[in-house]
Amino acid sequence: MKIRIVLNGKPAVIDTDPTRRLLDILRNDYNLTGVKEGCGEGECGACSVLIDGRIANSCIVPAGAVEGSEIITIEGYRETARYRALRDAFEEAGAVQCGFCTPGFIMAAEALLRENANPGEDDIRRALSGNLCRCTGYSMIIDAVKIASAGGKELW
Amino acid sequence: MKKISRSARRNDVSLKTGGYARYISDLHFEGMLFAATYRSSRARAIIKSISIPQLPEGYCIVDRYDVPGLNRVKMLVNDQPFFAEEQVNYIGEPILLVVGPYREEIEEIISQIEVEYEDLEPVFTMEEAEKSGLIIYGTDNRIVSYELLKGDPEGAFLSADETFEAEYETGLQEHAYIEPQGLVAVFENNRITVYGSMQCPYYVKRALMQGLGWEAGRVRVVQTTTGGAFGGKEDYPSIIAGHAACAAIKTGMPVQIIFERDEDIRYTTKRHPSRIRIRTALDSNGGIAAMDIGIRLDGGAYAGLSSVVLQRAMFAATGVYDIPNVRVRGTVYATNTVPNGAFRGFGGPQAFFAAEMHMQELANRSGENPLDFKMKHAVKKGGHTVTGGLMREDVKLQQMVQELDRISGYSKKYKSFLNTGVGKYRGIGLSLFFHGCAFTGSGEKDLIKAKVRLKKHADGRVEILVSNVEMGQGPQTTLRKIVAEVLEIPLDKVLYDNPDTDRVPDSGPTVASRTVVIVGFLLQEAAKKLKKQYNSVVELEVERKYEQPAYVQWDQDNFRGDAYPVYSWGVNAVEVEVDPVTLVATVKGVWGVYDVGTPIDEKIIRGQIEGGMVQGLGYASMEVMEGANGKMRQGTLTDYIIPTPVDFPGMKIKLIDNSYEFGPFGAKCAGELPFVGAAPAFASAVQHALGVPVWKIPVTPEYLMEVVDGEDTNCSQW
Repeated sequence: MKIRIVLNGKPAVIDTDPTRRLLDILRNDYNLTGVKEGCGEGECGACSVLIDGRIANSCIVPAGAVEGSEIITIEGYRETARYRALRDAFEEAGAVQCGFCTPGFIMAAEALLRENANPGEDDIRRALSGNLCRCTGYSMIIDAVKIASAGGKELW
Repeated sequence: MKKISRSARRNDVSLKTGGYARYISDLHFEGMLFAATYRSSRARAIIKSISIPQLPEGYCIVDRYDVPGLNRVKMLVNDQPFFAEEQVNYIGEPILLVVGPYREEIEEIISQIEVEYEDLEPVFTMEEAEKSGLIIYGTDNRIVSYELLKGDPEGAFLSADETFEAEYETGLQEHAYIEPQGLVAVFENNRITVYGSMQCPYYVKRALMQGLGWEAGRVRVVQTTTGGAFGGKEDYPSIIAGHAACAAIKTGMPVQIIFERDEDIRYTTKRHPSRIRIRTALDSNGGIAAMDIGIRLDGGAYAGLSSVVLQRAMFAATGVYDIPNVRVRGTVYATNTVPNGAFRGFGGPQAFFAAEMHMQELANRSGENPLDFKMKHAVKKGGHTVTGGLMREDVKLQQMVQELDRISGYSKKYKSFLNTGVGKYRGIGLSLFFHGCAFTGSGEKDLIKAKVRLKKHADGRVEILVSNVEMGQGPQTTLRKIVAEVLEIPLDKVLYDNPDTDRVPDSGPTVASRTVVIVGFLLQEAAKKLKKQYNSVVELEVERKYEQPAYVQWDQDNFRGDAYPVYSWGVNAVEVEVDPVTLVATVKGVWGVYDVGTPIDEKIIRGQIEGGMVQGLGYASMEVMEGANGKMRQGTLTDYIIPTPVDFPGMKIKLIDNSYEFGPFGAKCAGELPFVGAAPAFASAVQHALGVPVWKIPVTPEYLMEVVDGEDTNCSQW
């Protein structure tokens, strides 16, 4: 089956089994390895991508479900000023340890900030609650999103 | 704050935020094949026959007959095979690999393999191992048993005014690093190279040398960027490295093994469950005269690292308290379950849970504020450890609990929360704890013998050559800071790549919170040596070997003396609100004061502390893992619940600088310590809120229902 998407800003046609996982297409066909597989069951959020601006676990999205969608992975997002603001905030807050969950958190933070540029702590915790991190205990990630939000007024 | 403690730029941040960092599953090797493991479905059985379906071209089986050397994974005891031989001893034990170019086909082949077993009667619990008479391991199902004595406990119990006894229980815990286990083995030019996610490249190398029967020169191990480990990638990668290597040798192609999450949860090592019984003798003034402590750990089917985990538990058995007369007996039992292994804290969390809950109960019985009661018995400089070692260091517990009391309001809340009886119940709990830095006993001197190198390149940059790995905890920043600071060169002039055993000496494993305090100190010394010649030579390599500080006295046979060269310390308070109907305990506040020596980078230390405490709170409250007839009930992150961003509030942390002479810039250890105190602080807060004793973790609402209904029977006759 031919599936048309816009992937990181570029139109793409994927000829594939519609039940294939979006995660496998991104990692194996497009070498987008910033999208991580942590659990393969939609629990950990390491494979988070934006589908039409909404956060999604690409490990539980079948290819057939993204026909006509715009998909942004960390590889596309990292070219933006918003990414750079989040990267700097993650560094300042000490929000990165092993890093395996980090691209997923960055995507989840973008999904939040594009909806709510000035989130409170509870908003941030709720928005990131689909992503698991075993290293940081989360508070430094929460701080990072606060820092990005405060410093990125003109971005979001 | 000292200059070294000021936070530096982590050089791995932008690689990780942007998804540039390459983990093992992101690496592609030309012609790479995949392998998956066929595992035992029986807890204890003889393998009668194995039936393999007709294999498509390009697929093969790798089993025990493909292990060219000794089919035993090198750990402390040679009891665990890479691939099962005549008998399987736990559900999930590897029997063989299916190797080939497509994962779906491999899964299809695995589903068609049939093994005929002759079942043997298994042992699933420590109680059965001790009492049933059925022998599954050695001569008595004991993987190891030890005893230690301090003073004259027998005499003290005879003259005691009163005794109090209780038993404490802790459960399994899964590491749940977000990156699953994974490795790739490449066979080329008659050498094997293993790339992968791991803590201990030289453990893996030695396991391969034994399994392949090859000399050191033919085995190379390279750590790849590691997505969390927490002890779970200490011993386990040795097993799958052997698997992947045998497959690569047999096929002549690179072979990748990446675990599925359910495989990782069900079949890799976990934290040892414990049952710890403490009997205390009180004198006529209500003071503690003696303790008699029995520690039982469930080791699972093979010995693994259990003996050292038990030692660390025993050396923490009386917590931070200087009890004059003590007997500690410890046993690790074998059961037909997944072997348990290293996990942050390494026996300490189990022992501290028991010791702290026991002290809490003694305080409750005496009517004293637990903080005051505990401080009355806390060890001081010049006092003695449970192994009779002299406490030489400046113990800052008094200052730490004062600070904790100030920031948390512990004492006030402890009083005001009592007997409110209206609405939700509030409670506050406390814990005092330490972590002995680096290897237990004489391990650093006799077993590890760490060696580090510094290499000055012609362009003036200096490279750190050690076998310790970055797995998120920050050594690629902290160790570089130590070297840069000594040499007075910018941080970016100091290089530190992921270790490759062809390039780095064996500075020991990345475990036991030893990287900064032991390896960092050696690097500081090496940098001092290099500094003398830094400007006069173009290229230079300096080496430094571990030397035990002269004051350390240790008798390994009798467990007497200094079990650790130095300790790091912590005190925690946790405040909870318990719903009177559902008995759900919600954490409302978390406070911690820590002495980790002089911190090398405050931000990294804060990350270790907050991450460790949240892992510890998960262990205490929600992380339920249970076996049923040798099979794990939990196998996904849907049913094995770890903390999410909404489960615990932000915490308040304070550091007390307490410089250590033999640590780099005065640093001690920090990685494991923050895990240790969370569970007893949480559990005693729940106990305070409900007014009922809490004997075990995880403290789930279901467990609390039993306690409140009086169904939890402590001190079972076992």
